Amino acid sequence: MASLPAAGAPPAATGSAPGPAPRPAAPRGRSPLALLLRRLFRRRMVLVAAVLLAAIVACAVAAPWITPYDPMKMAILNRLQAPGAAHWFGTDEFGRDVLARVLLGAQLSLLVGALVVVVATVLGTAIGLLGGYVRRLDGLFMRFTDALMAFPDILLAIAFMAALGPSLFNVVLALGIVYTPRVARVVRAAVLVLRELPFVEAATALGASTPRIVLVHVLPNLLSPIIVQATFIFAYAILTEAALSFLGVGVPPTTPTWGNMIAGAQQYVRQADWLMLFPGIAIVLTVLSLQVVGDGLRDALDPRLQKVT
Amino acid sequence: MLVYVVRRMGGMLAVMLIVAAVVFVIARVVPGDPAAVMLGAAATPEDIAALRARLGLDEPLAVQFVLYLKQIVTLDLGHSIFLDRPVAQALWERAELTTFLTLMAVGIAVLIGVPVGIVSAVARGRAVDQVAVGLAMLAASIPSFWIGLTLMKYLAVDLPWFPVSGYGPPDATLGERLHHLVLPAVALGIPNSALILRFTRTSMLEVLGDDYVRTARAKGLPQRVVVLKHALRNAMIPILTVIGLTTAVMIAGAIVTETVFSLPGVGNLVVSAVLRRDYPVIQGALLVVSGLYVLINLAVDLLYAAVDPRIRY
Repeated sequence: MASLPAAGAPPAATGSAPGPAPRPAAPRGRSPLALLLRRLFRRRMVLVAAVLLAAIVACAVAAPWITPYDPMKMAILNRLQAPGAAHWFGTDEFGRDVLARVLLGAQLSLLVGALVVVVATVLGTAIGLLGGYVRRLDGLFMRFTDALMAFPDILLAIAFMAALGPSLFNVVLALGIVYTPRVARVVRAAVLVLRELPFVEAATALGASTPRIVLVHVLPNLLSPIIVQATFIFAYAILTEAALSFLGVGVPPTTPTWGNMIAGAQQYVRQADWLMLFPGIAIVLTVLSLQVVGDGLRDALDPRLQKVT
Repeated sequence: MLVYVVRRMGGMLAVMLIVAAVVFVIARVVPGDPAAVMLGAAATPEDIAALRARLGLDEPLAVQFVLYLKQIVTLDLGHSIFLDRPVAQALWERAELTTFLTLMAVGIAVLIGVPVGIVSAVARGRAVDQVAVGLAMLAASIPSFWIGLTLMKYLAVDLPWFPVSGYGPPDATLGERLHHLVLPAVALGIPNSALILRFTRTSMLEVLGDDYVRTARAKGLPQRVVVLKHALRNAMIPILTVIGLTTAVMIAGAIVTETVFSLPGVGNLVVSAVLRRDYPVIQGALLVVSGLYVLINLAVDLLYAAVDPRIRY
């Protein structure tokens, strides 16, 4: 995937950002994190997306303070009310407050996304490191990732869910496995480059053991590509989870994830379009901001990685 | 070239073998006895034993796998008890709809992605470009099923322009059937146009900076000729590649879209098979769709090598 060229972009395009003067030598007294943030937020869209993302997370956490309604409490007399002063996002077919449910859905979707990222990153990094360092395992691991990648994401996830049965834990497991090869590939490619670099040779010359070299010297250098992959996997996991739940093979329908809410809204499309509108917008905003931040991170962390994913 | 083709085919066979193994394993890790699961709670032990014998479940796993491979090679995908017909036949009956749907969606994705990508590259850095790149990012963030529902609500329910769902009566004409597929194809095509757009843009940007493009401009050729004839032709290979890849992705994406519009296609078959645990159908569909995916990827790679004389393996 491409992205806006960082260095060659004409100044006219960057709006209020200061003209792209030749990159100054690293300013004194700045931590690497501050430097990264500065490079990351040089593009205004990335800043907007990061703020939006933080706002979504904050809303999910602060749900009880945003709306007084209980997302699970039914009030049949209030069913299918259009958005208004009492219920900002309206009510569903059981009279439950849609805003409260979208916020609960945010907690669930973000939780699923985060857990998928953890599973895929841990498994993928382990496989990539072992494959990149142990020749004998490499062929086997790469065939394995090839085979997993020979299935389209959604199809493989459906297959795993068919075998495992619907539950939130199984969705995390299935999507975690589906996205493991992405991390494994990136890590392996980076390891193959890193292991030939002089600092690794130096560590070997100093008598460091292979596990020590891998964990202390190589692993920290893999952080950038892994973080970039993790951001995109977060976004894809939210999309795929929503699709699985929509199909009825993901999280059980009684749990109000965004996908389940849209699936439930299907039969009320005629009289109550707000039921599908709000969870859908929530998905789009979350996934969009994750992708913009991921793109920004890729440019800020390592311009050479632009071709990956 | 021939050596390359043969080697790639060998690689594909290896991947397909592992794919078959994965498909095989998925149906065996089911908790409990697959035969009992398939027959449901009312089954007698005799029924279960008979089905186990018929499915070969009493053999050792390795023997089962070899038997399974033998079946696949003879294009026998097994038999669905629920549908009371061979899996291959069930898939074939529904292949037409899914093929049309995918092709239409590919068409829509290409019609959006390629022209906008070209304009975006030519107007690099200007407002048009930024809007196009932003929209591509947005399109890639919208779940296709949600686009589908939204289109259905406003263009089929509120305005009677398109049928709400289904594929028409069995005797519907081709035109009527395709009319049923317009909204689903748009829903499937929009998110997938994003990748095509971004690839077209990058590929065009690379080419537009080349010397021969400058020469063409210096000769005084009009912009249209420079962009479409000189630049686009040379930028086409990566674009073709990504169109191939998106086609493969859309075959799987059709599963979700068909569910939204209750279309009786392959995807619909897969989802209902998962819901009633019809494992022969799940296995068969997995194998066929991922097989197509691998084949399309191979075709794209070979095309790449055939079209670009600089690529020699």
